[in-house]
Amino acid sequence: MLPDHATRSRMSGAGKIGLAALTLTGCGGPQSVLNTAGSDARVLLTMLSVMLVGLVIIWILVNGMMLFFNQLQTGAHEERYARYLIVGGGIFFPTLVITALLVWGLSIMPDQRAPGDGLRVEVTGEQWWWRIAYWPEGAETPVIAANEIRLPVGQRVEFDLKSARVIHSFWIPALGGKMDMFPGRDTRLSLEPTEVGIFRGQCAEFCGASHALMAFHVVTMEPADFDAWLAAQAAPAMAPDGDLARRGAAIFAEQGCGACHAVRGSDASGQVGPDLTHVGSRLSLGAGILAPTLANYMAWIDHTGDIKPEVEMPAYDHLGDDELTALATYLMGLK
Amino acid sequence: MIDDPFAAYSGTNRPKPEGIYPPTEEMLSEPVDPQWKAACEDRLRKAWIAPKGLAYFTAVNNDKIGAWYSLTALFFMLMAGVLALLMRVQLAVPDNTFLDADRYNQFFTMHGSAMMFLFAVPMFEAISILVLPAFLGARDMPFPRLSAYGFWCFVIGGIFVMGSILFDAAPTSGWFMYPPLSTEAEGIGTDIWLLGLAFIEVASIAAAVELIVGVLKCRPPGMRVNLMPLYAWYVLVVGGMILFAFPPLIAGDFLFELQRGFDWPFFDPTRGGDPMLWQHLFWIFGHPEVYIIFLPSIAIAAMVIPTVAQRPIVGYSWIVLSAVGVGFLSFGLWVHHMFTTGLPNISLGFFSAASEAVVIPTGIQIFVFAATLMVGKVQKSLPMLWISGALAIFVLGGLTGVMLAIAPFNWAVHDTYFIVAHLHYTLFGGMIFPVIAGIYYFYPFFRKGKMMSKTLGRWSFWLIFVGFNAAFLPMHYTGLIGMPRRVYTYGENVGWGWLNMLSTAASFVIAAGFLVFVWDLLRPKRDFEIEKRNPWNAGTLEWSHNVPEEQWGVRSIPHVTSRYPLWDQPRLVERMDAGRYYLADTEFGYRETLITSVLDGQPMHVQRVTGPAYVTLLAAAFTGGAFIFPTFGWYAPAIVSGAFAIVCVLYWLWTATAQIPEKPTSDVGLGLRLPRYASGPDAPGWWAVWITMLGDATAFASLIFGFFFYWTANEAFPPPLAEHADGALVAAAAVLVSLSWGATRGARWLNRHDHVPAAQAALLVACLSSALCIASAYGAVADLRPTAHVYPALICAMAVWLIGHLGLGLIGQGYCLARSLAKRLTPIFDADLANVTLLWHFITLQALITCVVIGLLPGWMT
Repeated sequence: MLPDHATRSRMSGAGKIGLAALTLTGCGGPQSVLNTAGSDARVLLTMLSVMLVGLVIIWILVNGMMLFFNQLQTGAHEERYARYLIVGGGIFFPTLVITALLVWGLSIMPDQRAPGDGLRVEVTGEQWWWRIAYWPEGAETPVIAANEIRLPVGQRVEFDLKSARVIHSFWIPALGGKMDMFPGRDTRLSLEPTEVGIFRGQCAEFCGASHALMAFHVVTMEPADFDAWLAAQAAPAMAPDGDLARRGAAIFAEQGCGACHAVRGSDASGQVGPDLTHVGSRLSLGAGILAPTLANYMAWIDHTGDIKPEVEMPAYDHLGDDELTALATYLMGLK
Repeated sequence: MIDDPFAAYSGTNRPKPEGIYPPTEEMLSEPVDPQWKAACEDRLRKAWIAPKGLAYFTAVNNDKIGAWYSLTALFFMLMAGVLALLMRVQLAVPDNTFLDADRYNQFFTMHGSAMMFLFAVPMFEAISILVLPAFLGARDMPFPRLSAYGFWCFVIGGIFVMGSILFDAAPTSGWFMYPPLSTEAEGIGTDIWLLGLAFIEVASIAAAVELIVGVLKCRPPGMRVNLMPLYAWYVLVVGGMILFAFPPLIAGDFLFELQRGFDWPFFDPTRGGDPMLWQHLFWIFGHPEVYIIFLPSIAIAAMVIPTVAQRPIVGYSWIVLSAVGVGFLSFGLWVHHMFTTGLPNISLGFFSAASEAVVIPTGIQIFVFAATLMVGKVQKSLPMLWISGALAIFVLGGLTGVMLAIAPFNWAVHDTYFIVAHLHYTLFGGMIFPVIAGIYYFYPFFRKGKMMSKTLGRWSFWLIFVGFNAAFLPMHYTGLIGMPRRVYTYGENVGWGWLNMLSTAASFVIAAGFLVFVWDLLRPKRDFEIEKRNPWNAGTLEWSHNVPEEQWGVRSIPHVTSRYPLWDQPRLVERMDAGRYYLADTEFGYRETLITSVLDGQPMHVQRVTGPAYVTLLAAAFTGGAFIFPTFGWYAPAIVSGAFAIVCVLYWLWTATAQIPEKPTSDVGLGLRLPRYASGPDAPGWWAVWITMLGDATAFASLIFGFFFYWTANEAFPPPLAEHADGALVAAAAVLVSLSWGATRGARWLNRHDHVPAAQAALLVACLSSALCIASAYGAVADLRPTAHVYPALICAMAVWLIGHLGLGLIGQGYCLARSLAKRLTPIFDADLANVTLLWHFITLQALITCVVIGLLPGWMT
């Protein structure tokens, strides 16, 4: 379905977030701590489960005790029991519990932060999208991508986290914990995917107007598939296929899109916005917020700011429907 | 002078307490002459009456200020609650367009900021101002005009900050204001937050100082520290925490506003700054803040529970030590808000352990309550229902806190709705419910015998309790399945829709509960019957209040020998009413209260306290101008307004404090004569200066922390080829400040030893040295370019801080000189000079450290 350009209705940005059918597994959806696909997340889930059971038991005990003293008991008890209660409940029991928890909790930290096995992914938080560079072991130049992360299962991947302007936080709940990204200060994280699937990550540190709209998809793949995919990503963009796409490429050049966006293999080499060399192969548009349909591509180019408040990309609302269609077709063809 | 009553005294030989103390049972059983009693009551009434008409708002009585203060805080809480409801509407369904991103961000920023700064902390101070004097059998707070000043500052600042939302100008960067997002934010929202709230923080510190002095010096005779009501202990702990927690934030605000207003790059990584410094300073404030909010509520429970159990609290020392322990520990936990910032494992381990350790003192407090109920005979009541609800909610929040303190688990759920659920559980359980319990419990005290409705109380309890759990329990799960905090919208595919709808629906049930409560609280109760004076049969002094109301606070100040005097001291209330105890009269028609010693509660002197005045209102208004005008970049009007504020405060001090009394001692009853003037450590004012300067020194220490933080965080600090402060002028400043300090100290000695002209000369020398010191401090940094790099910026910031303090010290010295010349400061009556000397100890220490840090350290570092 094409948006109605005769009326140029200002489609509400938020109205377009829905991302079409992604195969989801497990409980809680694509962005869940409970739906684990990595070794770190698995450990955290075990920890969560154990603590949750403890929490419920302790809560029932404490409140049961209060209920008993408040409502049920008749007559006063001896004062020495009171002292047992304070020392036992206030000192001995919590000391035991928190010591055990600390020993367990702190002992898993080194593993969660272990160095990666080889592949390094550099992620930079931008306003509000993700700049991504893959550095396979020994590589001298990175493979540049944006707004989607693909990872091979079975190895620990090192993430170098940076930020351009404000603080963001990099988080893939299905794979592990999160880590903040700072301007002028490098942070790191490592994750070890264990299962193949499609998941979602999202910025977790408030980063301005469109903080809610800064997400990305994570695709975990068999190592061989990953290598093939990475090789394809490293290649220059495909030539536009068909008249419409060729016209779109011409509009892309005319409108100066290349000043901000790079399409490797063409004249477009801008570094301000996301690299679009293989934008058509991505699972989403606008940093994890729109399904990659023709209508959404057109809507995004036509009125970016309505979809993503305060986004830096200007709206190209002077383009006609046919021009937008051509442009969208070209971009979607950049597989 | 004819018949100088002080002829027998000199600076080194001052009036002292004389007569019998403690009183014997025989003296206490002696009947009181009814005619004298009636005359005393007339005089007291006249002295303590609150002004009528428009001048009503100049009132300073603690019951008035406390009531206005708490109602204002309640108003801001309701406003912040409305913002929460609007946010919940926006989040009810995926892809909603009810609020746009900017407005949602304004709302969540203001919701958090208002709940923290305009409700939780002020509410504690308001309730404390309202009830503390009664707990202590004092007539009023030690500095009533300071309470009034703090309250009016709070009103002005609160309306300014909260009002910004109506002009679409509110801050949008969250209540934590992390730079660089907030430093780069356009518009004046961030400045409103920084300056408006800094203003309120200053007022909060003023109230904390007053509360601490109140607990330390205004207790009734005989109330040793180990007999204090638990609430007073908590006030002491929380007041101390405010004193050490707010200053780092004020120092942070100071640096932040210098960056916003003048582009000094403290948090700009491209010029050596570091956004992490703000996070440290903010959370060094922010975590104790949580306990600043929570402990007063425990204090309320600690008053309610013994009454409910009809017996003294079990484990008084346990609970006091735990409160102090929580106070200390709370300063070592701040990094648990920063577990995902990439700090080394060793730091995370330390702060995980420290965060878990706080479970122990918190647990002890809860088990002390349980134990008290266990050994008592529980009488069911509405306040206890709210306390039980509080515990049910708080324990869950506390237990999720135990989970969150484990750093690796924290990485999974940090900044998600799990945290939103956790913090609301701790704050509803640890603040809202106990405060409402306290309001139901103390209402017959506030309204002198009138009670709130039991039926409505139960309705509001169940509405809020059920609504709260239905709204916030699901949020734990919402967070676990991935919903981050502070998102204004979310898509359909993530599966958070039904959970959010549930939370939104339930939030309106909470709102309904609050409506019932507020209606019950505020509805007119003119024709309500007056119930018993002590309807809960409580044991603490506040229930000796006068019903119907009298404004004198307490008819006569009792001699206390028990933690629960109303239970343990038979005929106490009767004797208080009869005026059998201390200070039953006001000899000269002044407002007076009794000052006792810090540890033993020995009566020391009669303190004249300040009465109603317009000058406090004016001072608050001008102080407001000094903070508010810079928001709009109007620096000249701000300076003028600040100068007027100083003039108002000086006028207020000159006309109302450290007044020379008519006679050396007064008969306070029961055969005891007490001096009518005190200076130095005997005087509450001296303690106030000490405590304030401790807070001030904390802010200063935060700046020094900043210096060393940049040193460790930067590769080269100072950077190569940096311009430094002028060494010679720094040295000159160090010499001059020492000279000024010596002269002030000398003036005090000379004055005390009756060498008045020499003391005046010394003060003149002190003033001149201070002025020259300001000039050299300015000269030392005048050539630096603070916008170039964080190093010169921090040097300049420290110089600005120093110059401000030297200016304050200079005003103090000038004030003493003027008082001496006007014969209002004499060898016997030298409280002002004692206070200014104390002030100078702190200023000199800060100045010398500043000189070392900006003059010597850079040389060693490079």
